[in-house]
Amino acid sequence: MSETTPPPPEEPTPQTSRIGVDSWVAESEARRARTPAALVGHGWQRTPDAIKLLAFVGVAASYPFWAANQGDLFIFGIGTLLYAALGMGLNVVVGFAGLLDLGYVAFYGIGAYTYAELSSPQYNLHWPAEATIPIAMAVAALVSLFLGYTSRRLLGDYLAIVTLFFGQAFTFFLNPANPKVAGKGLTGGADGLPNVDPIDLFGYKFTSIRQLYFLLLVVVALLAIAIHFANQSRVGRAWRALREDPLAAEVMSIPVNRLKILAFAFGAAVAALCGTIHVSISTAATPGDFDVSVLIIFYAIVILGGIGSVSGALVGAVIINCSLQFLEPQNDHPSVKRWLFYGTIVLLILSIKPVIRPVLVLAATIGFGFAVHAIVAATAGSAWTTGVPGASAFNPQASGGAVWINHWAIVPAVSHGNFNNCLYIGLVAAIIATGMLSGWWRLAALVPTLYLAVLAWENLLAQNGAITAYLLFGAMLVGLMARRPEGLFGSARVEIV
Amino acid sequence: MHLLLFTIIDNIRSIGWAGAFALLRDGIVLGALYSLVALGYTMVYGILQLLNFAHGDVFMVGAFMGIGVLTVVAGPFSSALPLVPLIIVLFAVSMLGSGVLGVVIERFAYRPLRNAPRIAPLISALGVVFILESSVQLLTNAGHFQYNEYPVFNRLFQPAVFNPWGQPINIADLLVVGTSIVLVLALMFLVNRTRLGKAMRATAFDREAASMMGVDTDRVIAATFFIGSALAGAAGVMYGLSLSDTWFLVGFLYGLKAFTAAVVGGIGSIQGAMLGGVLIGLVETFAGAYAGGNWKEIVVFGILILFLLFRPTGILGSHAIQKV
Repeated sequence: MSETTPPPPEEPTPQTSRIGVDSWVAESEARRARTPAALVGHGWQRTPDAIKLLAFVGVAASYPFWAANQGDLFIFGIGTLLYAALGMGLNVVVGFAGLLDLGYVAFYGIGAYTYAELSSPQYNLHWPAEATIPIAMAVAALVSLFLGYTSRRLLGDYLAIVTLFFGQAFTFFLNPANPKVAGKGLTGGADGLPNVDPIDLFGYKFTSIRQLYFLLLVVVALLAIAIHFANQSRVGRAWRALREDPLAAEVMSIPVNRLKILAFAFGAAVAALCGTIHVSISTAATPGDFDVSVLIIFYAIVILGGIGSVSGALVGAVIINCSLQFLEPQNDHPSVKRWLFYGTIVLLILSIKPVIRPVLVLAATIGFGFAVHAIVAATAGSAWTTGVPGASAFNPQASGGAVWINHWAIVPAVSHGNFNNCLYIGLVAAIIATGMLSGWWRLAALVPTLYLAVLAWENLLAQNGAITAYLLFGAMLVGLMARRPEGLFGSARVEIV
Repeated sequence: MHLLLFTIIDNIRSIGWAGAFALLRDGIVLGALYSLVALGYTMVYGILQLLNFAHGDVFMVGAFMGIGVLTVVAGPFSSALPLVPLIIVLFAVSMLGSGVLGVVIERFAYRPLRNAPRIAPLISALGVVFILESSVQLLTNAGHFQYNEYPVFNRLFQPAVFNPWGQPINIADLLVVGTSIVLVLALMFLVNRTRLGKAMRATAFDREAASMMGVDTDRVIAATFFIGSALAGAAGVMYGLSLSDTWFLVGFLYGLKAFTAAVVGGIGSIQGAMLGGVLIGLVETFAGAYAGGNWKEIVVFGILILFLLFRPTGILGSHAIQKV
């Protein structure tokens, strides 16, 4: 390449491009490398993996000592660690080997149900965990070997379809089918299997939330180390090779099919391990825990963190679980929820490039809001503007200390027919219109769109946290794929076929 | 497993020939619906090699657009309305709305990913699934809606047109099968005989070459999404008219089964989607009746997995040569 040749001495003015080097591209890349985001990313990449893991484990290990209460430790701590472990397992299949495994959640379920069958009153078996956990992992790995072996020649989409249908068939097997074995339903149907034993390792029972938390933390750390070394090994290199180009890998005498099945089984075993821990924590295996909406959370974690990045899976798990939990209507952090929403929006707006534009948009939105509010208050009466922002059925007075929003956003005191639905449909239409426009028109359209988003949030979305969470996950997946398909910490330009 | 076999034999005895005929009727009606949804999958897959998971939810939104029209038009002054114009309005609104929805989805979720890795549009499609389902869940409060609660449609369900073997066939059944046959014929005419159809076939064959020959491929792809989604919208209305229970989760599973139909018939082939749809509809109905309703999904998915393993190109699909 021409990079090795010395630059031509004559007149390096920026107007004339040199041969072989596009000055515009070079300049823009140099400019991009100086942005704070790029510097942080560069620093992140240069940090050794061991230090990242140590930092994560250090922070996580201290969490039980500063968590507000046991409930927080349960939903934030244990939930995040479980998602982190699951995300790392999925990462092996999707990220390292490049197989789109949409039946991952079924292996999670197989692990959970195997454990529940062997240590619960269902068949009055109470095997110790040092036997049941390996058995559950082996069962899941065997099933995945069978599935993987039969579909080993399937590529890309077809593998995704087969695994997705396997996952669907599994959930139907759990709930409506529920075959009779030894006189009772094998899977317990819609009720699942209750009263599962806690994990019992060599006589030590893990029952309190704190004990379970540290058990999970150890599992996550060991998994991260194991997956890191697996990725560095001969097998890991072969996985990456076949992910980039299976044909070339095969020509290089890499046993492509065997390695794909290995990755598949590896992921299945990790999922089953997480399933056993999950079921011992929640003390019941229910079919609703293993359906497609759970799968989408796993994928959101892996995709957000970055496909093929172990540390990305950890960060993705933290972000996804915490946002999911903050959006839950029952939790007692209504103000956190609001700040998360507004903060994310403002951050997204600020990423628009000359800085003056987002500032203009935000200022215009604030002005627009006051204007609309004044008009509505003057014409429609006070019943339209005196509601409690963000109030929910669980907590009708919970404004999260933000009554000031009433002076700016329209929050009707009583629901006016289809007002909320109209708001939502209007918001969707405004987003689509904004996406279709370009240049200054787009900025102008952004102002009412943002205001509509605020109204929809205060009147409708904040009350329906769980639905909003899925809505935002969906939007995040679409937006991330369009803007930054490699995720936060993934390496760019990985071709997965 | 042997218990299942006994159940099947018992059921064969108890259902008898007349019952089997009723199942055949139900299966064909269901299959006609699957065919229409399968066509959307097959067209999009043929042209973009994209598995459009969101298509099943477009179908669901189409069914809800029918509900929307009904609440606006038929709510207060119900049975006084003339039936035929109402059904035409239902179809028109739902097909147009779903078509536009399909184009919007393509524009925002898939067009930016034209040259991205294969996994990217699949993830994006899953994202669209969740946006659509959550939106409808929000807007409808996760409620169940029934078309046949509206007294306008009584005439569709009450009188049996024919009564062979004591099994009534009502107007709704005929409407579903007839409309889907008409729509498929129209689609075949469009694809095989018109300029747009030629452009679509060219784009499906080789997008790059087609665009070099002056085909505006982006517009052709948008048109494909419009047509496929409009068919799904029509199927949504027909679903409401014949099977009725509409709620926000109806789309995903239904879409998966329709996709099964497209794969079994041979993906990329219009006749294949028809054939596969009817086949899956029959299999599901008969499996539901003979093996017990709890097992029918497992049977359908099992068939699909076996089909993919032994004949991934489907019944009518051509053998694709893998490009290197």
